[in-house]
Amino acid sequence: MAGVIAARRRRQRVFRWTVLVVLGIFFLLPLAAMLEFSTRNSETWPLLVNWPKLSDTYPDLAEGIVSSLEQAALTAVLMLVLLVPTAIWVRLRLPRLRRLVEFLCLLPLTIPAIVLVVGLAPVYAWVTYFLGGSSLTLVFAYTILVLPYAYRAIDAGLSAIDVKTLAEAARSLGAGWTTVIVRVVLPNIRSAVLSAAFLTVALVLGEFTIASLLNRTNLQVSIELLGKSSATMSVAVSLAALLLAFVLLMLLSLAGGSKKESK
Amino acid sequence: MTGVAVHLEGLRRTFGSVHALDNLDLEIAAGELIALLGPSGCGKTTALRVLAGLEDADGGRVLVGGKDVTALPANRRDMGMVFQAYSLFPHLTAAENVEFGLKLRGRRRVPGRAAEMLELVGLSSHGGRYPHQMSGGQQQRVALARALAIEPAVLLLDEPLSALDAKVRVQLREEIKRIQTEVGTTTLFVTHDQEEALAVADRVGVMRAGRLEQLDTPAEVYQRPVSAFVADFVGLSNRLPGTVTGPVISVLGTELPLVTPGADGAATALVRPEAVDVTPAPDGAGRVLTSSFLGPTSRVIVTVGETLVVAQVASSQLPALTPGTAVTVNFHPVPVALDL
Repeated sequence: MAGVIAARRRRQRVFRWTVLVVLGIFFLLPLAAMLEFSTRNSETWPLLVNWPKLSDTYPDLAEGIVSSLEQAALTAVLMLVLLVPTAIWVRLRLPRLRRLVEFLCLLPLTIPAIVLVVGLAPVYAWVTYFLGGSSLTLVFAYTILVLPYAYRAIDAGLSAIDVKTLAEAARSLGAGWTTVIVRVVLPNIRSAVLSAAFLTVALVLGEFTIASLLNRTNLQVSIELLGKSSATMSVAVSLAALLLAFVLLMLLSLAGGSKKESK
Repeated sequence: MTGVAVHLEGLRRTFGSVHALDNLDLEIAAGELIALLGPSGCGKTTALRVLAGLEDADGGRVLVGGKDVTALPANRRDMGMVFQAYSLFPHLTAAENVEFGLKLRGRRRVPGRAAEMLELVGLSSHGGRYPHQMSGGQQQRVALARALAIEPAVLLLDEPLSALDAKVRVQLREEIKRIQTEVGTTTLFVTHDQEEALAVADRVGVMRAGRLEQLDTPAEVYQRPVSAFVADFVGLSNRLPGTVTGPVISVLGTELPLVTPGADGAATALVRPEAVDVTPAPDGAGRVLTSSFLGPTSRVIVTVGETLVVAQVASSQLPALTPGTAVTVNFHPVPVALDL
C-alpha cells in the first residue's frame, strides 16, 4: 500500500515538474529571444536608461512612455475614487444590488476591446469636442476596462472585514460617512486597494487596441510605430515594459502575502 | 455622569410581512439598566438599533432626555454601543480605538481619558495591543471602554456577551453591571439569555412579536410572570394540569394562588421546579423516575399518576431520592401563571 502511494506521489511530482518546465520554456523562450535580438545593437540598452538622450533620439517613444505613465496614474486614481465608495456603499446599504454591480463591473471582460472601440468612437467624438484630443482622455475608457479586475480585488478586501459592524461602530462614535470610509474602512482594505491599483497600472501600460484605434498615443502605440523604423529599440522597450509589469505583479503578490502574515 | 431618560413611543417597524416592532412603548428612567429579553426575531435588536439610529422606524418617536431624536442620524445621537460581533477597528490599538470617538468630538486630553477608560475595564496594561492580539473577552471590554469614553447619553449593548465562552460571559456581565452602576449611564441591554438579563438588569422587558409582554424587576418577572410565554421563556416550568376555582388553581391536591385569575375549570399551571418539594415517604403518591446531579442543586423527575413533575432539590437530598423511591410532592404557595 505504502509503495503504491509513494509511486503515485512520484508520478505526481514528475507530472508537476514536466508542466512547469514546458510552461517555463513556452513563456521564457520569446523573452530570451527578445533579449538576444535587442542586444545585437550594443547601443540599445544604454540608450534606454539614458532618458535625455532617449527622448532626443526617439521623441515619439518618449511621448508614449510619458502618456502611458500619466494614463496609468490617472486611471488608478479615477478607478479608486469611483469604485471604493461604490463598493462600500453597495455592501452597507444596497446589498441587493451586489450581484448587479458585480455583473456590470465584469461586463468589460466579456467584450473584446475591438468591439468596445466601435461603441467608444462616437462617445470619444464628444470627448474630443469638449476636452480636446489629448491622449489623457483615454483614462475614461481605461477606467471601464480595468473595472473587472479592480472590482474583484476591492470586493475581496471588503469580504475579509466586517464592514457593516465596523461602520456602525464608527457611526455610533460620531463619525460621518466620509470619516467612516477614510479612517475606518480604507485602512483595513489597504492591500486590496493596492492590488487594484497595481492591476490597473499593469493593464494600462499594456493597452494597445483602444489607443491605436482612437488615434491616441501611449507606450504600446509608440512601440508599434518604432517597430517600423528601429526594430531592436522597439523590442528592447517591449521587454522593459514586460519586466516592469512583472515587477508590479510581484509587488502585488507581496502586498497580498504580507497581509496574510499579519493576521 | 448622570443618565438621561429615554422614551420609545409607539415604535413600528416591519420587514416584509414581519412586524419586528409592533407599537413598542418603553420608558427607561435616567441611569437605569433595562434588559430586553426575548427569542430571536422578537424585535429586541431592532428596538435597540432604532434607538441607536442605525435603523429607521416606520412610525413612532424616540425621545432622549425629552428631546425628539427620531430624525437624527446615528452619528449625532450621542450613544455608545457595544456590538455582538467584535467591532474594534483592526488597524488601531486598544488605546487608539478608545481615542477614536474622543478625537472625533475634539476633546482635550484624549490619551488621559482613554487610559482612564481602559483602567475602568481592567485593561490598563493592554493599551498598545491590537485587537487580534487580545481575547474575545478583552476585545469586548475595550469596546465597552470605547463606548463609554465619549460619555454617551445612552449606552446600548447588543448581545455583547453572546460570542464569549460561559465563564468569561459571567465575569463580564458582572463587570458591566459594576461599571454601569459606577458611571450611571442609562443603558439598554439586549440579550436572549434569561440568566444574563435577570443578573444585570434593574428591570427586564420580555419581548414577543414586536411588543413588550412584561416589563418588571427581575424578581417579579421570574416569580410573577404575566403570561405563559414569559413563564416559559424565563426559567424552566412544569406544566401541570389543575382546576381553577376563583383566584386559585388546585394542582395535585394543592391549592396555588394565580398571578392573573382565569376562567373556572380545567387549566394548565406553570410551576417552577424550585417551587416543588420532594420528600421520601413510604405512602407517598409519587415515584422518583430519574435524578440528576447538577452541582449545588440537583434535578429530580417524579411521576405522580400520569403527571411528570420536575423538581429542583438540594444536592444533599439526592442520596435519599434514588429512582423508584416513593415520595410526596408539595408545592410552595407562590403565585403561578396559567398556560392559556
